[in-house]
Amino acid sequence: MSDWKLLNTSTASGASSVEFTDLTGYKIFKFAFVDVNPATDTVLFEFNASTDGGSNYNVTKTTTFFYAYHWESDAHSGLGYITGSDIAQGTGYQTLMRDVANDADACGTGELYLFNPASTTYVKHFYSRTSTYETRDSIEDSHIAGYLNTTSAVNAIDFKMSSGNLDAVIKAYGLVAT
Amino acid sequence: MPLGANKVALFGASADTGSAVLLSTATASSSASLSFTLPTAYKQVKFGFYNITPATDNVAFQFQMSTDSGSSYATTVTTTIFIAEHNEADSYSDLSYRTSEDLAQSTSMMSIAPYIDNASDASTSGELTVYNPASTTYVKHFYSRMPTLANGDYAFDTFYAGYGNTTSAVDACKFAMSSGNIASGTIKMWGIK
Repeated sequence: MSDWKLLNTSTASGASSVEFTDLTGYKIFKFAFVDVNPATDTVLFEFNASTDGGSNYNVTKTTTFFYAYHWESDAHSGLGYITGSDIAQGTGYQTLMRDVANDADACGTGELYLFNPASTTYVKHFYSRTSTYETRDSIEDSHIAGYLNTTSAVNAIDFKMSSGNLDAVIKAYGLVAT
Repeated sequence: MPLGANKVALFGASADTGSAVLLSTATASSSASLSFTLPTAYKQVKFGFYNITPATDNVAFQFQMSTDSGSSYATTVTTTIFIAEHNEADSYSDLSYRTSEDLAQSTSMMSIAPYIDNASDASTSGELTVYNPASTTYVKHFYSRMPTLANGDYAFDTFYAGYGNTTSAVDACKFAMSSGNIASGTIKMWGIK
């Protein structure tokens, strides 16, 4: 088990977004999403990054998105790439969970790893795995990866739903160098 | 808390060290199963599996959750599983979803590492994360990734995920083989602050 240092826990209740700033001091950051529950049904949980301390969240990125899914009814299951959830040199928010249900017991969970955001030499790689109770009463096991295509330091990150507010616990960790 | 953005400056906030707390270690020795009582104080509980070997060839390493402190392990689950595989002979490789090993609203044991070989050098290892098991509001998500030396000399990379479809607190987990004992191996449980 790696020596992760808990940096902060943000407990959102009806929040429009959750931001973390000052992404310095660690080569790898990890964000854990616990019980992400949207106010609006069938919306996306997504993130973007900033190079100006959170004034703007619009970093150019190229990403991949694939997932496994299975309905409670057993009517549908499979594994596939989702072209509608990837980004090619776009500045928009990257989807981490698709079509999150807002039933009282529904939520999404997962983790995002961000590598060396303070670099002023390289692009910034990331990957994520999330598990989502999706609006069609199904499980989605989503795998997202890509890079923030900038050599500027990335110093803030923002998480939100594509529409409406959210309840969630989001934790930020830094990997202690050993 | 008012509506609006939750904004946190990471280094303006108090921080503690050592986010992962080792809570328990269990070592199998021809064991029918290994069980853990789950903590209530952690939002993530991670299990590490180290060289888990079956007594019987070509069986699955499985787990289930309990909401009654281990009296029964029969939580209703809906799950996905997909596997990347490649054999030592380099004659076959594949990435595919496995309908035969997923579950839809089932109370059965979940095969997070199927087809384990029981040759003397074979085993499975990996990690399983369970989210907020103590919640009495939400379903209980989990996911795992288990590299395995599989029957027929295959490298399997198995991705399993799902949710326990219950708002009762999950307070115990059990691990076992689909047939026969767990011959050897170690399981560690951490709470993540």
